[in-house]
Amino acid sequence: MKPTDIVIVGAGPAGIRAAQTLVAYGLQPCLIDESLRGGGQIYRRQPENFKRSTKALYGFEASKAEAVHSTLDGLRNEIDYRPETLVWNAESQTLDTLCNGVAAQVPYKHLIVATGATDRILPVPGWTLPGVYSLGAAQIALKFQGCAIGERVVFAGSGPLLYLVAYQYAKAGAKVLAVLDSSALSAQTRALPSLLGQPATLAKGIYYRGWLTAHGIAVHQGVELDSIQGQQRVRSVQWRDGEQLKRLDCDAVGFAHALRSETQLADLLGCEFAWSALNRAWLPSRDAAGRSSVEGVYLAGDGAGIMGADAAEMAGELAALTLLSDTGHHIDQARSDELQRRLEGIQRFRHGLETAFPFPENWAANAPDAMTVCRCEEVSAGDIRQTVAQGHWEVNRVKAMCRVGMGRCQGRMCGLAATEIVAQAAGRDIASVGRLRGQAPIKPLPFGVEIEP
Amino acid sequence: MALLKRLAEHDREILPFTLDGQPVSGLAGDTLLTAMLTCADHLRGSDFSAEPRAGFCLMGACQDCWIKLGDGRRVRACATLLEPGLSVSREPGRNL
Repeated sequence: MKPTDIVIVGAGPAGIRAAQTLVAYGLQPCLIDESLRGGGQIYRRQPENFKRSTKALYGFEASKAEAVHSTLDGLRNEIDYRPETLVWNAESQTLDTLCNGVAAQVPYKHLIVATGATDRILPVPGWTLPGVYSLGAAQIALKFQGCAIGERVVFAGSGPLLYLVAYQYAKAGAKVLAVLDSSALSAQTRALPSLLGQPATLAKGIYYRGWLTAHGIAVHQGVELDSIQGQQRVRSVQWRDGEQLKRLDCDAVGFAHALRSETQLADLLGCEFAWSALNRAWLPSRDAAGRSSVEGVYLAGDGAGIMGADAAEMAGELAALTLLSDTGHHIDQARSDELQRRLEGIQRFRHGLETAFPFPENWAANAPDAMTVCRCEEVSAGDIRQTVAQGHWEVNRVKAMCRVGMGRCQGRMCGLAATEIVAQAAGRDIASVGRLRGQAPIKPLPFGVEIEP
Repeated sequence: MALLKRLAEHDREILPFTLDGQPVSGLAGDTLLTAMLTCADHLRGSDFSAEPRAGFCLMGACQDCWIKLGDGRRVRACATLLEPGLSVSREPGRNL
Protein backbone atom coordinates (compact mmCIF):
# COMPACT_ATOMS: atom_id res chain seq x y z
CA MET A 1 0.00 0.00 0.00
CA LYS A 2 1.07 3.53 -0.68
CA PRO A 3 1.40 5.86 2.31
CA THR A 4 -1.87 7.71 1.66
CA ASP A 5 -4.10 4.70 1.05
CA ILE A 6 -5.29 4.72 4.68
CA VAL A 7 -6.45 7.88 6.38
CA ILE A 8 -7.47 8.28 10.02
CA VAL A 9 -9.48 11.35 11.00
CA GLY A 10 -8.99 12.35 14.65
CA ALA A 11 -5.89 12.01 16.84
CA GLY A 12 -7.62 11.18 20.10
CA PRO A 13 -7.26 7.84 21.91
CA ALA A 14 -9.06 5.97 19.09
CA GLY A 15 -7.15 7.52 16.19
CA ILE A 16 -3.76 7.19 17.86
CA ARG A 17 -4.26 3.49 18.70
CA ALA A 18 -5.52 2.86 15.17
CA ALA A 19 -2.40 4.50 13.71
CA GLN A 20 -0.13 2.55 16.05
CA THR A 21 -1.75 -0.74 15.04
CA LEU A 22 -1.41 -0.02 11.32
CA VAL A 23 2.26 0.92 11.78
CA ALA A 24 2.86 -2.32 13.70
CA TYR A 25 1.71 -4.15 10.55
CA GLY A 26 4.10 -2.17 8.36
CA LEU A 27 1.70 0.43 6.97
CA GLN A 28 2.00 4.20 6.86
CA PRO A 29 -1.37 5.81 7.52
CA CYS A 30 -2.15 9.50 7.27
CA LEU A 31 -3.46 10.86 10.59
CA ILE A 32 -5.39 14.12 10.29
CA ASP A 33 -6.31 16.11 13.38
CA GLU A 34 -7.79 19.52 13.98
CA SER A 35 -5.91 20.23 17.20
CA LEU A 36 -2.43 21.60 17.78
CA ARG A 37 -0.90 18.67 19.62
CA GLY A 38 -3.24 15.68 19.46
CA GLY A 39 -4.49 13.57 22.36
CA GLY A 40 -8.16 14.30 21.76
CA GLN A 41 -10.24 16.18 24.32
CA ILE A 42 -10.04 14.09 27.50
CA TYR A 43 -6.27 13.64 27.05
CA ARG A 44 -5.77 17.07 25.50
CA ARG A 45 -2.19 18.27 25.94
CA GLN A 46 -1.19 21.61 27.36
CA PRO A 47 1.03 23.90 25.22
CA GLU A 48 4.68 22.88 25.07
CA ASN A 49 5.94 25.67 27.36
CA PHE A 50 3.58 24.73 30.22
CA LYS A 51 5.14 22.88 33.16
CA ARG A 52 2.39 21.09 35.12
CA SER A 53 2.93 17.35 35.58
CA THR A 54 0.67 14.82 33.86
CA LYS A 55 -0.45 13.79 37.36
CA ALA A 56 -1.62 17.36 38.01
CA LEU A 57 -3.40 17.46 34.65
CA TYR A 58 -4.99 14.04 34.39
CA GLY A 59 -5.10 12.70 37.97
CA PHE A 60 -5.89 8.98 38.06
CA GLU A 61 -5.70 8.90 34.25
CA ALA A 62 -2.14 10.27 34.09
CA SER A 63 -0.51 7.01 33.02
CA LYS A 64 -3.11 6.41 30.31
CA ALA A 65 -2.72 9.97 29.01
CA GLU A 66 1.07 9.64 29.01
CA ALA A 67 0.87 6.35 27.13
CA VAL A 68 -1.40 7.82 24.46
CA HIS A 69 0.80 10.91 24.07
CA SER A 70 4.08 9.01 23.92
CA THR A 71 2.56 6.66 21.35
CA LEU A 72 1.70 9.63 19.13
CA ASP A 73 5.18 11.12 19.64
CA GLY A 74 6.77 7.80 18.68
CA LEU A 75 4.65 7.56 15.53
CA ARG A 76 5.45 11.02 14.17
CA ASN A 77 8.17 9.82 11.82
CA GLU A 78 6.35 6.60 10.90
CA ILE A 79 3.12 8.20 9.66
CA ASP A 80 1.90 11.20 7.71
CA TYR A 81 0.71 13.22 10.73
CA ARG A 82 -1.19 16.40 9.91
CA PRO A 83 -2.11 18.44 12.98
CA GLU A 84 -4.09 21.71 12.81
CA THR A 85 -5.92 20.31 9.81
CA LEU A 86 -9.68 20.44 9.46
CA VAL A 87 -11.51 17.84 7.37
CA TRP A 88 -14.45 19.86 6.10
CA ASN A 89 -15.87 17.52 3.49
CA ALA A 90 -15.78 13.81 2.80
CA GLU A 91 -16.76 12.04 -0.35
CA SER A 92 -16.04 8.66 -1.79
CA GLN A 93 -12.23 8.24 -1.82
CA THR A 94 -11.49 11.93 -1.13
CA LEU A 95 -11.34 14.22 1.89
CA ASP A 96 -11.26 18.01 1.64
CA THR A 97 -8.99 19.60 4.21
CA LEU A 98 -7.93 23.04 5.37
CA CYS A 99 -4.62 23.77 7.07
CA ASN A 100 -3.33 27.30 7.75
CA GLY A 101 -5.64 28.79 5.14
CA VAL A 102 -4.65 26.28 2.45
CA ALA A 103 -7.26 23.88 1.12
CA ALA A 104 -6.18 20.46 -0.13
CA GLN A 105 -7.64 17.12 -1.16
CA VAL A 106 -6.52 13.91 0.48
CA PRO A 107 -7.33 10.72 -1.40
CA TYR A 108 -7.94 7.48 0.49
CA LYS A 109 -8.93 3.91 -0.11
CA HIS A 110 -9.61 3.09 3.53
CA LEU A 111 -10.76 5.51 6.16
CA ILE A 112 -11.03 5.29 9.94
CA VAL A 113 -13.36 7.95 11.31
CA ALA A 114 -12.52 8.80 14.94
CA THR A 115 -14.14 12.19 15.32
CA GLY A 116 -14.96 12.02 19.04
CA ALA A 117 -17.62 13.87 20.93
CA THR A 118 -18.73 17.18 22.37
CA ASP A 119 -20.87 17.99 25.38
CA ARG A 120 -24.59 17.29 25.07
CA ILE A 121 -26.25 20.60 25.83
CA LEU A 122 -29.79 21.13 27.10
CA PRO A 123 -30.04 24.93 27.10
CA VAL A 124 -31.44 27.02 29.95
CA PRO A 125 -32.39 30.70 29.87
CA GLY A 126 -29.20 32.74 30.12
CA TRP A 127 -26.91 30.09 28.61
CA THR A 128 -25.48 32.51 26.03
CA LEU A 129 -24.11 34.88 28.72
CA PRO A 130 -20.34 35.32 28.99
CA GLY A 131 -19.23 33.07 31.86
CA VAL A 132 -21.40 30.11 30.83
CA TYR A 133 -19.44 27.24 29.31
CA SER A 134 -19.92 23.58 28.62
CA LEU A 135 -18.42 21.16 31.16
CA GLY A 136 -15.89 20.07 28.56
CA ALA A 137 -14.95 23.70 27.99
CA ALA A 138 -14.47 24.24 31.72
CA GLN A 139 -12.12 21.27 31.77
CA ILE A 140 -10.21 22.48 28.69
CA ALA A 141 -9.77 25.95 30.22
CA LEU A 142 -8.08 24.33 33.19
CA LYS A 143 -6.13 21.54 31.48
CA PHE A 144 -5.06 23.34 28.34
CA GLN A 145 -4.77 26.91 29.65
CA GLY A 146 -4.39 26.73 33.44
CA CYS A 147 -7.49 28.90 33.88
CA ALA A 148 -10.83 28.58 35.66
CA ILE A 149 -13.95 29.81 33.85
CA GLY A 150 -14.52 32.30 36.70
CA GLU A 151 -13.81 33.23 40.33
CA ARG A 152 -16.90 31.55 41.80
CA VAL A 153 -18.06 28.61 39.74
CA VAL A 154 -21.21 26.47 39.78
CA PHE A 155 -21.30 23.18 37.86
CA ALA A 156 -24.62 21.74 36.70
CA GLY A 157 -26.18 19.09 34.52
CA SER A 158 -25.41 15.42 34.84
CA GLY A 159 -23.06 12.61 33.92
CA PRO A 160 -19.65 11.47 35.17
CA LEU A 161 -17.91 14.58 33.80
CA LEU A 162 -19.93 16.79 36.19
CA TYR A 163 -18.21 15.36 39.28
CA LEU A 164 -14.82 14.96 37.61
CA VAL A 165 -14.66 18.61 36.49
CA ALA A 166 -15.89 19.91 39.86
CA TYR A 167 -13.21 17.82 41.59
CA GLN A 168 -10.47 18.96 39.19
CA TYR A 169 -11.43 22.61 39.68
CA ALA A 170 -11.50 22.44 43.46
CA LYS A 171 -8.23 20.50 43.50
CA ALA A 172 -6.58 23.16 41.29
CA GLY A 173 -7.60 25.90 43.72
CA ALA A 174 -10.75 27.21 42.05
CA LYS A 175 -13.71 28.26 44.16
CA VAL A 176 -16.49 25.77 43.39
CA LEU A 177 -19.70 26.99 45.03
CA ALA A 178 -22.01 24.09 44.21
CA VAL A 179 -22.67 21.06 42.04
CA LEU A 180 -26.23 20.73 40.72
CA ASP A 181 -26.94 17.19 39.50
CA SER A 182 -30.25 16.60 37.73
CA SER A 183 -30.14 12.90 38.59
CA ALA A 184 -31.32 11.71 41.96
CA LEU A 185 -29.19 9.71 44.39
CA SER A 186 -31.80 6.93 44.13
CA ALA A 187 -31.02 6.56 40.41
CA GLN A 188 -27.34 6.11 41.19
CA THR A 189 -28.13 3.51 43.83
CA ARG A 190 -30.34 1.67 41.31
CA ALA A 191 -27.52 1.66 38.80
CA LEU A 192 -24.95 0.11 41.16
CA PRO A 193 -25.35 -3.53 40.06
CA SER A 194 -24.51 -2.77 36.42
CA LEU A 195 -21.73 -0.32 37.38
CA LEU A 196 -19.95 -2.99 39.44
CA GLY A 197 -18.72 -4.54 36.19
CA GLN A 198 -16.08 -1.77 35.94
CA PRO A 199 -15.11 -1.44 39.62
CA ALA A 200 -12.14 0.89 39.06
CA THR A 201 -14.23 3.42 37.12
CA LEU A 202 -17.04 3.18 39.66
CA ALA A 203 -14.57 3.70 42.53
CA LYS A 204 -13.20 6.87 40.93
CA GLY A 205 -16.72 8.28 40.52
CA ILE A 206 -17.53 7.58 44.17
CA TYR A 207 -14.19 9.09 45.18
CA TYR A 208 -14.82 12.40 43.35
CA ARG A 209 -18.31 12.64 44.84
CA GLY A 210 -17.02 11.91 48.35
CA TRP A 211 -14.07 14.28 48.00
CA LEU A 212 -16.38 17.18 47.12
CA THR A 213 -18.54 16.59 50.16
CA ALA A 214 -15.50 16.13 52.41
CA HIS A 215 -14.19 19.49 51.21
CA GLY A 216 -17.42 21.31 51.98
CA ILE A 217 -18.64 21.71 48.40
CA ALA A 218 -22.42 21.51 48.27
CA VAL A 219 -23.71 18.75 45.99
CA HIS A 220 -27.43 18.97 45.25
CA GLN A 221 -28.92 15.90 43.61
CA GLY A 222 -32.25 15.54 41.87
CA VAL A 223 -32.37 19.30 41.15
CA GLU A 224 -33.06 21.01 37.86
CA LEU A 225 -31.03 23.96 36.54
CA ASP A 226 -33.70 26.62 35.93
CA SER A 227 -31.90 29.69 34.57
CA ILE A 228 -28.78 31.81 34.64
CA GLN A 229 -29.08 35.51 35.43
CA GLY A 230 -26.96 38.48 34.39
CA GLN A 231 -26.80 41.39 31.97
CA GLN A 232 -23.36 41.47 30.38
CA ARG A 233 -22.14 38.36 32.22
CA VAL A 234 -23.20 35.75 34.76
CA ARG A 235 -24.38 37.11 38.13
CA SER A 236 -26.32 34.19 39.58
CA VAL A 237 -27.77 30.79 38.89
CA GLN A 238 -31.22 29.50 39.80
CA TRP A 239 -32.40 25.92 40.19
CA ARG A 240 -35.53 24.02 41.12
CA ASP A 241 -35.41 21.67 44.09
CA GLY A 242 -38.82 20.01 44.30
CA GLU A 243 -41.28 22.87 44.66
CA GLN A 244 -38.61 25.37 45.71
CA LEU A 245 -36.65 27.77 43.54
CA LYS A 246 -33.15 28.42 44.86
CA ARG A 247 -30.66 31.04 43.74
CA LEU A 248 -26.94 31.44 44.25
CA ASP A 249 -24.67 34.33 43.25
CA CYS A 250 -21.76 33.21 41.08
CA ASP A 251 -19.79 34.47 38.08
CA ALA A 252 -19.45 31.30 36.03
CA VAL A 253 -21.47 28.19 35.20
CA GLY A 254 -20.24 24.99 33.57
CA PHE A 255 -23.02 22.66 32.43
CA ALA A 256 -23.84 19.70 30.18
CA HIS A 257 -25.80 16.48 30.23
CA ALA A 258 -23.19 13.90 29.24
CA LEU A 259 -21.77 13.76 25.72
CA ARG A 260 -22.91 13.53 22.11
CA SER A 261 -21.12 11.97 19.14
CA GLU A 262 -19.65 14.05 16.32
CA THR A 263 -21.19 12.30 13.32
CA GLN A 264 -21.05 14.82 10.45
CA LEU A 265 -18.22 13.11 8.53
CA ALA A 266 -19.86 9.69 8.78
CA ASP A 267 -23.03 11.34 7.49
CA LEU A 268 -21.27 12.96 4.50
CA LEU A 269 -19.66 9.59 3.73
CA GLY A 270 -23.10 8.08 3.35
CA CYS A 271 -22.92 5.78 6.37
CA GLU A 272 -26.23 4.29 7.46
CA PHE A 273 -27.51 5.64 10.74
CA ALA A 274 -29.64 3.84 13.32
CA TRP A 275 -31.46 5.08 16.39
CA SER A 276 -29.60 4.39 19.63
CA ALA A 277 -31.94 4.45 22.61
CA LEU A 278 -28.90 4.28 24.92
CA ASN A 279 -27.37 7.44 23.42
CA ARG A 280 -30.79 8.97 22.64
CA ALA A 281 -29.38 9.85 19.23
CA TRP A 282 -29.10 8.68 15.64
CA LEU A 283 -25.64 7.17 15.22
CA PRO A 284 -23.68 5.75 12.29
CA SER A 285 -24.08 1.98 12.40
CA ARG A 286 -20.97 -0.11 13.06
CA ASP A 287 -20.61 -3.84 13.37
CA ALA A 288 -18.87 -5.37 16.38
CA ALA A 289 -15.53 -5.16 14.56
CA GLY A 290 -15.82 -1.45 13.66
CA ARG A 291 -17.05 -1.55 10.04
CA SER A 292 -19.52 1.09 8.91
CA SER A 293 -22.16 0.32 6.26
CA VAL A 294 -19.85 1.86 3.61
CA GLU A 295 -17.11 -0.37 2.27
CA GLY A 296 -13.67 0.83 3.32
CA VAL A 297 -15.00 3.15 6.04
CA TYR A 298 -14.47 2.19 9.69
CA LEU A 299 -15.78 3.90 12.83
CA ALA A 300 -13.95 4.07 16.15
CA GLY A 301 -14.35 5.85 19.46
CA ASP A 302 -17.01 8.22 20.79
CA GLY A 303 -17.87 9.52 17.30
CA ALA A 304 -20.06 6.46 16.77
CA GLY A 305 -21.56 6.20 20.26
CA ILE A 306 -20.38 7.40 23.67
CA MET A 307 -18.27 4.79 25.49
CA GLY A 308 -15.39 6.81 26.91
CA ALA A 309 -11.64 7.02 26.44
CA ASP A 310 -10.70 3.45 27.46
CA ALA A 311 -13.19 2.06 24.95
CA ALA A 312 -11.95 4.51 22.32
CA GLU A 313 -8.40 3.12 22.61
CA MET A 314 -9.74 -0.41 22.16
CA ALA A 315 -12.09 0.53 19.33
CA GLY A 316 -9.28 2.31 17.47
CA GLU A 317 -7.05 -0.74 17.65
CA LEU A 318 -9.96 -3.00 16.73
CA ALA A 319 -10.99 -0.93 13.69
CA ALA A 320 -7.40 -1.00 12.46
CA LEU A 321 -7.20 -4.79 12.90
CA THR A 322 -10.49 -5.19 11.02
CA LEU A 323 -9.25 -2.95 8.21
CA LEU A 324 -6.05 -5.01 8.02
CA SER A 325 -8.00 -8.25 7.94
CA ASP A 326 -10.35 -6.91 5.24
CA THR A 327 -7.35 -5.98 3.09
CA GLY A 328 -5.79 -9.42 3.25
CA HIS A 329 -3.37 -9.07 6.14
CA HIS A 330 -2.99 -11.92 8.55
CA ILE A 331 -3.98 -10.42 11.90
CA ASP A 332 -3.91 -11.56 15.51
CA GLN A 333 -7.53 -12.79 15.63
CA ALA A 334 -7.34 -13.60 19.34
CA ARG A 335 -6.50 -9.96 20.06
CA SER A 336 -9.43 -8.80 17.92
CA ASP A 337 -11.77 -11.17 19.77
CA GLU A 338 -10.48 -9.98 23.14
CA LEU A 339 -11.01 -6.31 22.22
CA GLN A 340 -14.57 -7.05 21.15
CA ARG A 341 -15.24 -8.86 24.45
CA ARG A 342 -13.85 -6.00 26.49
CA LEU A 343 -15.87 -3.45 24.52
CA GLU A 344 -19.03 -5.43 25.27
CA GLY A 345 -18.20 -5.18 28.97
CA ILE A 346 -17.83 -1.41 28.74
CA GLN A 347 -21.12 -1.21 26.85
CA ARG A 348 -22.86 -2.92 29.79
CA PHE A 349 -21.28 -0.35 32.13
CA ARG A 350 -22.54 2.38 29.83
CA HIS A 351 -26.12 1.13 30.36
CA GLY A 352 -25.50 1.45 34.09
CA LEU A 353 -24.31 5.04 33.67
CA GLU A 354 -27.49 5.87 31.79
CA THR A 355 -29.49 4.55 34.76
CA ALA A 356 -27.32 6.53 37.18
CA PHE A 357 -27.53 9.77 35.16
CA PRO A 358 -30.86 9.51 33.33
CA PHE A 359 -31.83 11.95 30.60
CA PRO A 360 -34.15 14.62 32.08
CA GLU A 361 -37.28 13.60 30.16
CA ASN A 362 -39.22 16.71 31.20
CA TRP A 363 -36.61 19.15 29.86
CA ALA A 364 -38.38 19.96 26.57
CA ALA A 365 -41.81 20.44 28.15
CA ASN A 366 -40.35 22.82 30.75
CA ALA A 367 -38.23 24.90 28.35
CA PRO A 368 -39.73 28.44 28.29
CA ASP A 369 -40.76 29.90 24.92
CA ALA A 370 -38.37 32.84 25.27
CA MET A 371 -35.31 30.63 25.82
CA THR A 372 -32.67 30.68 23.07
CA VAL A 373 -32.11 27.17 21.72
CA CYS A 374 -29.89 27.94 18.71
CA ARG A 375 -27.15 30.31 19.89
CA CYS A 376 -25.78 30.97 16.37
CA GLU A 377 -29.06 32.13 14.81
CA GLU A 378 -30.78 33.05 18.10
CA VAL A 379 -33.82 30.86 17.52
CA SER A 380 -36.00 30.38 20.60
CA ALA A 381 -37.96 27.40 21.89
CA GLY A 382 -41.10 29.41 21.04
CA ASP A 383 -39.94 29.86 17.43
CA ILE A 384 -39.53 26.09 17.14
CA ARG A 385 -42.94 25.42 18.70
CA GLN A 386 -44.58 27.89 16.29
CA THR A 387 -43.03 26.02 13.38
CA VAL A 388 -44.34 22.75 14.77
CA ALA A 389 -47.77 24.38 15.20
CA GLN A 390 -47.71 25.08 11.44
CA GLY A 391 -47.60 21.34 10.88
CA HIS A 392 -43.87 20.66 10.57
CA TRP A 393 -42.36 17.86 12.65
CA GLU A 394 -39.38 16.52 10.70
CA VAL A 395 -36.33 18.27 12.13
CA ASN A 396 -34.75 19.26 8.77
CA ARG A 397 -38.06 20.83 7.70
CA VAL A 398 -38.20 22.68 11.00
CA LYS A 399 -34.65 23.88 10.36
CA ALA A 400 -35.62 25.13 6.90
CA MET A 401 -38.59 27.03 8.33
CA CYS A 402 -37.11 28.67 11.44
CA ARG A 403 -33.32 28.33 10.96
CA VAL A 404 -32.67 26.32 14.11
CA GLY A 405 -29.41 24.43 13.54
CA MET A 406 -28.63 26.41 10.40
CA GLY A 407 -25.93 28.62 11.89
CA ARG A 408 -22.18 28.31 12.03
CA CYS A 409 -22.12 25.33 14.38
CA GLN A 410 -24.52 23.38 12.15
CA GLY A 411 -26.55 22.22 15.09
CA ARG A 412 -23.67 20.76 17.11
CA MET A 413 -24.76 22.71 20.17
CA CYS A 414 -28.54 22.98 19.64
CA GLY A 415 -29.48 20.09 17.33
CA LEU A 416 -30.35 17.52 19.96
CA ALA A 417 -32.17 20.08 22.10
CA ALA A 418 -34.16 21.27 19.08
CA THR A 419 -35.09 17.69 18.27
CA GLU A 420 -36.35 17.19 21.81
CA ILE A 421 -38.54 20.30 21.57
CA VAL A 422 -39.90 19.30 18.15
CA ALA A 423 -40.78 15.81 19.39
CA GLN A 424 -42.43 17.13 22.54
CA ALA A 425 -44.38 19.86 20.74
CA ALA A 426 -45.48 17.51 17.96
CA GLY A 427 -46.41 14.75 20.39
CA ARG A 428 -44.12 12.34 18.56
CA ASP A 429 -41.55 9.84 19.66
CA ILE A 430 -38.04 11.37 19.78
CA ALA A 431 -36.70 8.76 17.34
CA SER A 432 -39.37 9.60 14.73
CA VAL A 433 -38.58 13.29 14.10
CA GLY A 434 -35.29 12.55 12.34
CA ARG A 435 -31.81 13.97 12.64
CA LEU A 436 -30.17 17.09 11.27
CA ARG A 437 -28.31 16.15 8.10
CA GLY A 438 -24.65 17.09 7.82
CA GLN A 439 -23.64 19.63 5.19
CA ALA A 440 -20.22 20.49 3.80
CA PRO A 441 -18.32 22.48 4.85
CA ILE A 442 -18.95 20.97 8.28
CA LYS A 443 -17.18 23.95 9.86
CA PRO A 444 -16.89 27.49 8.48
CA LEU A 445 -14.21 28.16 5.86
CA PRO A 446 -12.71 31.61 5.40
CA PHE A 447 -13.06 33.46 2.12
CA GLY A 448 -9.80 33.61 0.20
CA VAL A 449 -8.76 30.03 0.85
CA GLU A 450 -5.66 29.11 -1.12
CA ILE A 451 -6.02 25.93 -3.14
CA GLU A 452 -3.10 23.54 -3.13
CA PRO A 453 -2.18 22.89 -6.80
CA MET B 1 -12.99 43.04 33.88
CA ALA B 2 -11.59 39.60 33.34
CA LEU B 3 -13.86 36.61 32.81
CA LEU B 4 -11.33 33.80 33.20
CA LYS B 5 -9.10 33.38 36.25
CA ARG B 6 -5.54 32.13 35.94
CA LEU B 7 -4.84 29.33 38.42
CA ALA B 8 -1.49 27.96 37.21
CA GLU B 9 1.37 28.46 34.76
CA HIS B 10 1.89 32.10 35.71
CA ASP B 11 5.60 32.02 34.93
CA ARG B 12 5.58 32.49 31.16
CA GLU B 13 6.82 35.07 28.71
CA ILE B 14 4.56 38.15 28.50
CA LEU B 15 3.26 38.85 24.98
CA PRO B 16 1.88 42.32 24.20
CA PHE B 17 -1.10 42.74 21.88
CA THR B 18 -3.83 45.31 21.38
CA LEU B 19 -7.52 44.90 22.13
CA ASP B 20 -9.80 47.52 20.59
CA GLY B 21 -6.72 49.70 20.18
CA GLN B 22 -5.67 49.48 23.85
CA PRO B 23 -2.33 47.90 24.75
CA VAL B 24 -2.83 44.72 26.79
CA SER B 25 -0.86 41.53 27.27
CA GLY B 26 -1.18 37.79 27.46
CA LEU B 27 1.25 34.95 28.13
CA ALA B 28 3.07 32.68 25.69
CA GLY B 29 0.91 29.58 25.22
CA ASP B 30 -2.37 31.46 25.72
CA THR B 31 -5.04 31.01 23.12
CA LEU B 32 -6.49 34.28 21.88
CA LEU B 33 -9.58 33.41 23.89
CA THR B 34 -7.56 33.11 27.10
CA ALA B 35 -5.53 36.23 26.38
CA MET B 36 -8.66 38.29 25.67
CA LEU B 37 -10.82 36.94 28.49
CA THR B 38 -8.15 37.40 31.16
CA CYS B 39 -8.30 41.15 30.47
CA ALA B 40 -11.88 41.58 29.21
CA ASP B 41 -15.26 39.91 29.63
CA HIS B 42 -16.37 39.14 26.09
CA LEU B 43 -15.04 38.34 22.60
CA ARG B 44 -17.67 39.76 20.27
CA GLY B 45 -21.27 40.82 19.91
CA SER B 46 -23.74 38.26 18.58
CA ASP B 47 -25.03 38.36 15.01
CA PHE B 48 -28.72 38.89 15.76
CA SER B 49 -28.96 40.79 19.04
CA ALA B 50 -25.44 42.23 19.53
CA GLU B 51 -25.34 40.57 22.95
CA PRO B 52 -21.89 39.85 24.32
CA ARG B 53 -20.45 36.40 23.67
CA ALA B 54 -17.38 34.76 25.13
CA GLY B 55 -17.19 31.34 23.48
CA PHE B 56 -18.81 28.21 24.82
CA CYS B 57 -17.24 24.83 23.96
CA LEU B 58 -13.51 25.71 23.75
CA MET B 59 -13.00 22.72 21.41
CA GLY B 60 -13.71 24.21 18.01
CA ALA B 61 -17.25 22.87 17.75
CA CYS B 62 -19.63 25.70 18.70
CA GLN B 63 -18.16 28.46 16.46
CA ASP B 64 -19.07 31.05 19.11
CA CYS B 65 -15.56 32.53 19.35
CA TRP B 66 -14.81 33.70 15.79
CA ILE B 67 -12.91 36.99 15.91
CA LYS B 68 -11.32 39.24 13.32
CA LEU B 69 -7.64 40.14 13.53
CA GLY B 70 -6.03 43.40 12.44
CA ASP B 71 -4.54 41.73 9.36
CA GLY B 72 -8.00 40.69 8.19
CA ARG B 73 -7.79 37.05 9.24
CA ARG B 74 -10.85 35.52 10.88
CA VAL B 75 -9.96 32.87 13.45
CA ARG B 76 -11.53 30.84 16.21
CA ALA B 77 -10.14 32.39 19.39
CA CYS B 78 -10.21 29.05 21.27
CA ALA B 79 -8.00 27.30 18.73
CA THR B 80 -5.53 30.05 17.83
CA LEU B 81 -2.46 30.81 19.92
CA LEU B 82 -1.63 34.40 20.80
CA GLU B 83 1.25 35.91 18.84
CA PRO B 84 3.03 39.04 20.05
CA GLY B 85 1.90 42.26 18.40
CA LEU B 86 -1.49 41.02 17.20
CA SER B 87 -4.27 43.55 17.08
CA VAL B 88 -7.82 42.45 17.81
CA SER B 89 -10.83 44.70 17.36
CA ARG B 90 -13.94 43.21 18.84
CA GLU B 91 -16.89 43.18 16.48
CA PRO B 92 -19.99 44.74 18.03
CA GLY B 93 -22.36 42.33 16.30
CA ARG B 94 -25.71 43.32 14.85
CA ASN B 95 -29.11 43.88 16.35
CA LEU B 96 -31.63 42.74 13.74
